[in-house]
Amino acid sequence: MAKKIPQINASSMADISFLLLIFFLVTTSMDVNQGLARRLPAPIPPDQKVEDTDINKRNLLVVKINSADQLMVQGQLKDIKELREEAKKFILNENDDAFYPKLFEEDFGEPFGVIRYTKEHVISVQNDVDTHYQAYLNVQNELVAAYNELRDACARKYFHTGYNELDEDTQKRIQKIYPQKISEAEPKNYGGN
Amino acid sequence: MAKIRRNNKREMPALNTSSLPDIIFMLLFFFMSVTSMKEVTYKVSFTTPTATELTKLEKKSLVRYIYVGTPTAEFRKQYGAETRIQLDDAFADKSEIGDFIINERSAMNEQDQGLMTVSIKADKETRMGVISDIKQELRRAYALKISYAATQRTNY
Repeated sequence: MAKKIPQINASSMADISFLLLIFFLVTTSMDVNQGLARRLPAPIPPDQKVEDTDINKRNLLVVKINSADQLMVQGQLKDIKELREEAKKFILNENDDAFYPKLFEEDFGEPFGVIRYTKEHVISVQNDVDTHYQAYLNVQNELVAAYNELRDACARKYFHTGYNELDEDTQKRIQKIYPQKISEAEPKNYGGN
Repeated sequence: MAKIRRNNKREMPALNTSSLPDIIFMLLFFFMSVTSMKEVTYKVSFTTPTATELTKLEKKSLVRYIYVGTPTAEFRKQYGAETRIQLDDAFADKSEIGDFIINERSAMNEQDQGLMTVSIKADKETRMGVISDIKQELRRAYALKISYAATQRTNY
Protein backbone atom coordinates (compact mmCIF):
# COMPACT_ATOMS: atom_id res chain seq x y z
CA MET A 1 0.00 0.00 0.00
CA ALA A 2 1.31 3.39 -0.99
CA LYS A 3 1.96 5.74 1.83
CA LYS A 4 -0.44 8.61 1.91
CA ILE A 5 1.30 11.94 1.64
CA PRO A 6 -0.11 14.40 4.13
CA GLN A 7 -1.63 17.45 2.55
CA ILE A 8 0.32 20.66 2.96
CA ASN A 9 -1.61 23.36 4.67
CA ALA A 10 -1.88 26.10 2.08
CA SER A 11 -4.28 28.40 3.84
CA SER A 12 -1.59 30.99 4.46
CA MET A 13 -0.74 31.08 0.77
CA ALA A 14 -3.61 33.46 0.15
CA ASP A 15 -2.34 35.79 2.84
CA ILE A 16 1.14 35.79 1.38
CA SER A 17 -0.09 36.56 -2.10
CA PHE A 18 -2.38 39.27 -0.74
CA LEU A 19 0.61 40.83 0.90
CA LEU A 20 2.53 40.79 -2.38
CA LEU A 21 -0.44 42.22 -4.23
CA ILE A 22 -0.79 45.10 -1.82
CA PHE A 23 2.92 45.78 -1.96
CA PHE A 24 2.77 46.09 -5.73
CA LEU A 25 -0.35 48.24 -5.63
CA VAL A 26 1.39 50.68 -3.34
CA THR A 27 4.75 50.90 -5.08
CA THR A 28 3.61 51.09 -8.68
CA SER A 29 1.76 53.70 -10.61
CA MET A 30 -0.79 53.14 -13.31
CA ASP A 31 0.30 55.88 -15.69
CA VAL A 32 1.93 54.76 -18.89
CA ASN A 33 4.80 56.78 -20.19
CA GLN A 34 3.50 58.41 -23.28
CA GLY A 35 4.55 61.59 -24.86
CA LEU A 36 4.93 63.70 -27.93
CA ALA A 37 8.36 62.79 -29.25
CA ARG A 38 10.33 65.68 -30.69
CA ARG A 39 13.90 66.27 -31.67
CA LEU A 40 15.73 69.41 -30.69
CA PRO A 41 18.14 71.09 -33.09
CA ALA A 42 21.82 70.78 -32.29
CA PRO A 43 23.22 73.67 -30.28
CA ILE A 44 24.93 76.54 -32.01
CA PRO A 45 28.65 76.64 -31.19
CA PRO A 46 29.41 79.67 -29.04
CA ASP A 47 31.91 81.07 -31.51
CA GLN A 48 29.37 81.05 -34.32
CA LYS A 49 27.11 83.97 -34.83
CA VAL A 50 23.40 83.37 -35.06
CA GLU A 51 22.69 83.88 -38.69
CA ASP A 52 19.28 84.29 -40.11
CA THR A 53 19.19 81.54 -42.66
CA ASP A 54 17.63 82.72 -45.83
CA ILE A 55 14.41 80.85 -46.38
CA ASN A 56 12.23 81.84 -49.25
CA LYS A 57 9.12 83.40 -47.83
CA ARG A 58 6.77 81.08 -49.66
CA ASN A 59 8.46 78.06 -48.07
CA LEU A 60 7.77 79.26 -44.57
CA LEU A 61 4.66 78.75 -42.46
CA VAL A 62 4.87 80.90 -39.38
CA VAL A 63 2.77 79.87 -36.39
CA LYS A 64 2.87 82.28 -33.49
CA ILE A 65 1.30 81.78 -30.09
CA ASN A 66 0.91 84.80 -27.87
CA SER A 67 0.67 85.05 -24.10
CA ALA A 68 -3.13 84.73 -24.23
CA ASP A 69 -2.70 81.43 -26.12
CA GLN A 70 -4.09 82.91 -29.32
CA LEU A 71 -2.82 81.58 -32.59
CA MET A 72 -1.55 83.48 -35.57
CA VAL A 73 -0.89 81.55 -38.76
CA GLN A 74 0.75 83.51 -41.60
CA GLY A 75 -0.32 86.76 -40.01
CA GLN A 76 -3.93 85.76 -39.52
CA LEU A 77 -5.72 84.96 -36.31
CA LYS A 78 -6.73 81.31 -36.47
CA ASP A 79 -8.38 78.74 -34.29
CA ILE A 80 -6.42 75.67 -33.23
CA LYS A 81 -8.94 73.49 -35.07
CA GLU A 82 -8.05 75.10 -38.38
CA LEU A 83 -4.33 74.58 -37.97
CA ARG A 84 -4.18 70.95 -39.07
CA GLU A 85 -5.92 71.59 -42.39
CA GLU A 86 -3.89 74.73 -42.90
CA ALA A 87 -0.66 72.82 -42.32
CA LYS A 88 -1.70 70.02 -44.65
CA LYS A 89 -2.55 72.47 -47.41
CA PHE A 90 0.79 74.12 -46.89
CA ILE A 91 2.78 70.88 -46.96
CA LEU A 92 0.97 69.52 -50.01
CA ASN A 93 0.53 72.60 -52.21
CA GLU A 94 -1.66 70.59 -54.53
CA ASN A 95 -2.46 73.40 -56.95
CA ASP A 96 1.08 74.75 -57.21
CA ASP A 97 0.06 78.08 -55.73
CA ALA A 98 2.65 80.81 -55.69
CA PHE A 99 2.13 81.55 -52.01
CA TYR A 100 2.63 77.93 -50.94
CA PRO A 101 6.03 76.18 -50.94
CA LYS A 102 7.85 75.44 -54.15
CA LEU A 103 7.24 72.01 -55.62
CA PHE A 104 10.05 69.70 -56.61
CA GLU A 105 9.75 66.63 -58.78
CA GLU A 106 11.62 63.57 -57.66
CA ASP A 107 11.57 59.88 -58.44
CA PHE A 108 10.99 57.92 -55.25
CA GLY A 109 11.19 54.51 -56.90
CA GLU A 110 8.56 51.78 -56.88
CA PRO A 111 5.71 52.02 -56.15
CA PHE A 112 5.70 55.79 -55.79
CA GLY A 113 7.13 56.88 -59.12
CA VAL A 114 7.67 60.55 -59.72
CA ILE A 115 6.06 62.66 -57.04
CA ARG A 116 5.87 66.40 -56.73
CA TYR A 117 6.55 67.44 -53.17
CA THR A 118 7.48 70.52 -51.22
CA LYS A 119 11.05 69.74 -50.42
CA GLU A 120 12.06 72.94 -48.70
CA HIS A 121 9.02 73.81 -46.64
CA VAL A 122 9.57 74.78 -43.03
CA ILE A 123 6.98 75.25 -40.32
CA SER A 124 8.20 77.70 -37.75
CA VAL A 125 6.66 77.75 -34.30
CA GLN A 126 7.20 80.82 -32.20
CA ASN A 127 5.87 81.25 -28.73
CA ASP A 128 5.80 83.90 -26.06
CA VAL A 129 7.42 83.50 -22.66
CA ASP A 130 3.97 83.53 -21.07
CA THR A 131 2.34 81.03 -23.40
CA HIS A 132 0.82 78.12 -21.54
CA TYR A 133 2.45 74.75 -22.04
CA GLN A 134 -0.85 73.17 -23.04
CA ALA A 135 -1.37 75.71 -25.83
CA TYR A 136 2.14 75.11 -27.11
CA LEU A 137 1.67 71.37 -27.03
CA ASN A 138 -1.66 71.69 -28.84
CA VAL A 139 0.11 73.42 -31.71
CA GLN A 140 2.89 70.83 -31.79
CA ASN A 141 0.30 68.11 -31.65
CA GLU A 142 -1.70 69.51 -34.56
CA LEU A 143 1.41 69.88 -36.70
CA VAL A 144 2.55 66.33 -35.95
CA ALA A 145 -0.99 65.17 -36.66
CA ALA A 146 -0.93 66.90 -40.04
CA TYR A 147 2.22 65.02 -41.00
CA ASN A 148 0.86 61.75 -39.64
CA GLU A 149 -2.34 62.11 -41.62
CA LEU A 150 -0.47 62.85 -44.83
CA ARG A 151 1.83 59.88 -44.33
CA ASP A 152 -1.08 57.66 -43.51
CA ALA A 153 -2.93 58.78 -46.64
CA CYS A 154 0.18 58.07 -48.68
CA ALA A 155 0.50 54.60 -47.16
CA ARG A 156 -3.13 53.85 -47.91
CA LYS A 157 -2.78 55.04 -51.47
CA TYR A 158 0.28 52.97 -52.36
CA PHE A 159 0.20 50.06 -49.93
CA HIS A 160 -3.47 49.88 -48.92
CA THR A 161 -2.62 49.73 -45.23
CA GLY A 162 -2.13 52.23 -42.48
CA TYR A 163 1.23 53.91 -42.03
CA ASN A 164 1.76 52.27 -38.66
CA GLU A 165 1.40 48.77 -40.11
CA LEU A 166 4.23 49.26 -42.59
CA ASP A 167 7.75 48.08 -41.89
CA GLU A 168 10.43 50.53 -40.90
CA ASP A 169 12.05 50.82 -44.32
CA THR A 170 8.84 51.71 -46.07
CA GLN A 171 8.00 54.18 -43.35
CA LYS A 172 11.32 55.85 -43.93
CA ARG A 173 10.61 56.12 -47.63
CA ILE A 174 7.29 57.79 -46.95
CA GLN A 175 8.99 60.09 -44.48
CA LYS A 176 11.18 61.26 -47.33
CA ILE A 177 8.12 62.43 -49.24
CA TYR A 178 6.74 64.22 -46.22
CA PRO A 179 9.79 65.26 -44.24
CA GLN A 180 8.85 66.64 -40.86
CA LYS A 181 10.26 70.12 -40.66
CA ILE A 182 9.01 71.87 -37.60
CA SER A 183 11.47 74.49 -36.59
CA GLU A 184 11.46 76.13 -33.24
CA ALA A 185 12.83 79.61 -33.18
CA GLU A 186 15.68 80.51 -30.93
CA PRO A 187 14.03 82.05 -27.91
CA LYS A 188 13.82 85.75 -28.37
CA ASN A 189 12.75 88.44 -26.05
CA TYR A 190 10.29 90.53 -27.91
CA GLY A 191 10.38 93.27 -25.31
CA GLY A 192 7.55 94.15 -23.04
CA ASN A 193 7.77 92.41 -19.71
CA MET B 1 -36.02 11.04 8.94
CA ALA B 2 -34.16 10.03 11.98
CA LYS B 3 -31.34 8.82 9.85
CA ILE B 4 -30.78 12.22 8.30
CA ARG B 5 -30.95 14.12 11.55
CA ARG B 6 -28.45 11.94 13.18
CA ASN B 7 -26.28 14.80 14.21
CA ASN B 8 -28.12 17.44 16.11
CA LYS B 9 -25.27 19.91 16.07
CA ARG B 10 -25.19 21.33 12.57
CA GLU B 11 -21.74 22.31 11.45
CA MET B 12 -20.89 24.70 8.66
CA PRO B 13 -18.80 22.87 6.12
CA ALA B 14 -15.39 24.39 5.76
CA LEU B 15 -15.18 26.65 2.74
CA ASN B 16 -12.69 25.39 0.24
CA THR B 17 -10.20 28.21 -0.19
CA SER B 18 -7.54 26.31 -2.04
CA SER B 19 -8.10 28.32 -5.22
CA LEU B 20 -7.92 31.67 -3.44
CA PRO B 21 -4.12 31.97 -3.77
CA ASP B 22 -4.40 31.30 -7.48
CA ILE B 23 -6.93 34.07 -7.90
CA ILE B 24 -4.84 36.51 -5.91
CA PHE B 25 -1.73 35.57 -7.84
CA MET B 26 -3.60 36.24 -11.05
CA LEU B 27 -4.52 39.70 -9.77
CA LEU B 28 -0.94 40.23 -8.70
CA PHE B 29 0.44 39.37 -12.11
CA PHE B 30 -2.14 41.58 -13.77
CA PHE B 31 -1.08 44.55 -11.70
CA MET B 32 2.57 43.78 -12.16
CA SER B 33 2.22 43.85 -15.91
CA VAL B 34 0.04 46.93 -16.32
CA THR B 35 1.72 49.21 -13.82
CA SER B 36 5.18 50.62 -13.61
CA MET B 37 7.38 51.33 -10.64
CA LYS B 38 7.35 54.86 -9.35
CA GLU B 39 10.52 56.54 -10.48
CA VAL B 40 10.80 59.09 -7.72
CA THR B 41 8.70 60.72 -5.05
CA TYR B 42 7.20 63.82 -6.54
CA LYS B 43 8.02 67.08 -4.88
CA VAL B 44 6.19 69.03 -7.50
CA SER B 45 2.59 68.48 -8.46
CA PHE B 46 1.61 68.48 -12.09
CA THR B 47 -1.07 67.32 -14.45
CA THR B 48 0.37 66.61 -17.84
CA PRO B 49 -1.25 68.25 -20.85
CA THR B 50 -3.35 66.26 -23.27
CA ALA B 51 -2.55 65.42 -26.88
CA THR B 52 -3.54 62.93 -29.54
CA GLU B 53 -0.36 62.06 -31.44
CA LEU B 54 1.42 60.21 -28.69
CA THR B 55 4.15 57.66 -28.88
CA LYS B 56 5.10 55.31 -26.12
CA LEU B 57 8.49 55.64 -24.54
CA GLU B 58 10.00 52.30 -25.27
CA LYS B 59 13.07 51.48 -23.29
CA LYS B 60 12.68 52.56 -19.71
CA SER B 61 16.38 52.42 -18.99
CA LEU B 62 17.08 55.01 -21.67
CA VAL B 63 14.62 57.58 -20.37
CA ARG B 64 15.42 60.32 -17.91
CA TYR B 65 12.79 62.59 -16.47
CA ILE B 66 12.53 66.26 -15.72
CA TYR B 67 9.56 67.28 -13.64
CA VAL B 68 8.17 70.77 -13.77
CA GLY B 69 5.37 72.09 -11.62
CA THR B 70 4.44 73.89 -8.46
CA PRO B 71 5.81 72.46 -5.17
CA THR B 72 3.43 70.13 -3.37
CA ALA B 73 1.66 71.33 -0.24
CA GLU B 74 4.32 70.18 2.19
CA PHE B 75 7.06 72.07 0.37
CA ARG B 76 5.06 75.16 -0.40
CA LYS B 77 6.06 76.90 2.82
CA GLN B 78 9.69 76.48 2.05
CA TYR B 79 9.76 76.97 -1.68
CA GLY B 80 6.72 79.08 -2.48
CA ALA B 81 4.17 78.46 -5.20
CA GLU B 82 6.35 79.36 -8.16
CA THR B 83 6.99 76.78 -10.85
CA ARG B 84 9.94 74.61 -9.94
CA ILE B 85 12.07 71.98 -11.62
CA GLN B 86 12.68 68.61 -10.02
CA LEU B 87 15.54 66.34 -11.04
CA ASP B 88 15.61 62.90 -9.45
CA ASP B 89 14.55 63.44 -5.87
CA ALA B 90 15.40 67.08 -5.35
CA PHE B 91 14.46 70.53 -6.48
CA ALA B 92 16.96 71.90 -8.94
CA ASP B 93 17.85 75.06 -10.72
CA LYS B 94 17.75 75.09 -14.50
CA SER B 95 21.53 75.50 -14.57
CA GLU B 96 21.86 72.04 -12.98
CA ILE B 97 20.12 70.30 -15.87
CA GLY B 98 23.25 70.18 -18.01
CA ASP B 99 25.30 68.46 -15.29
CA PHE B 100 22.43 66.11 -14.53
CA ILE B 101 22.19 65.00 -18.15
CA ILE B 102 25.94 64.58 -18.53
CA ASN B 103 26.13 62.54 -15.31
CA GLU B 104 23.24 60.32 -16.31
CA ARG B 105 24.63 59.80 -19.76
CA SER B 106 28.09 58.85 -18.59
CA ALA B 107 26.52 56.24 -16.33
CA MET B 108 24.98 54.52 -19.34
CA ASN B 109 26.46 51.96 -21.68
CA GLU B 110 28.39 53.50 -24.49
CA GLN B 111 26.08 52.20 -27.20
CA ASP B 112 23.05 53.47 -25.33
CA GLN B 113 24.30 56.99 -24.83
CA GLY B 114 23.08 58.25 -28.16
CA LEU B 115 19.64 56.81 -27.56
CA MET B 116 18.94 58.63 -24.33
CA THR B 117 15.55 60.29 -24.27
CA VAL B 118 14.59 63.04 -21.89
CA SER B 119 10.96 63.11 -20.93
CA ILE B 120 9.70 66.48 -19.79
CA LYS B 121 6.83 65.99 -17.40
CA ALA B 122 5.44 69.43 -16.95
CA ASP B 123 2.21 70.86 -15.68
CA LYS B 124 -0.10 72.10 -18.40
CA GLU B 125 -0.30 75.53 -16.79
CA THR B 126 3.45 76.03 -16.92
CA ARG B 127 4.60 79.10 -18.76
CA MET B 128 6.66 78.45 -21.86
CA GLY B 129 9.52 80.57 -20.55
CA VAL B 130 10.45 77.77 -18.14
CA ILE B 131 10.09 75.08 -20.81
CA SER B 132 12.17 77.06 -23.30
CA ASP B 133 14.92 77.45 -20.70
CA ILE B 134 14.92 73.69 -20.12
CA LYS B 135 15.01 73.03 -23.84
CA GLN B 136 17.97 75.36 -24.27
CA GLU B 137 19.81 73.59 -21.44
CA LEU B 138 19.08 70.21 -23.02
CA ARG B 139 20.35 71.40 -26.36
CA ARG B 140 23.55 72.61 -24.78
CA ALA B 141 23.99 69.19 -23.13
CA TYR B 142 23.31 67.49 -26.47
CA ALA B 143 20.24 65.69 -25.16
CA LEU B 144 18.30 66.22 -28.35
CA LYS B 145 15.80 63.42 -28.15
CA ILE B 146 13.01 64.68 -26.00
CA SER B 147 9.44 63.74 -25.30
CA TYR B 148 6.74 65.98 -23.92
CA ALA B 149 4.86 63.74 -21.51
CA ALA B 150 1.15 63.95 -22.16
CA THR B 151 -2.01 61.98 -21.67
CA GLN B 152 -4.14 60.68 -24.48
CA ARG B 153 -7.33 62.44 -25.46
CA THR B 154 -9.63 61.58 -28.29
CA ASN B 155 -10.50 64.94 -29.80
CA TYR B 156 -9.81 68.63 -29.40
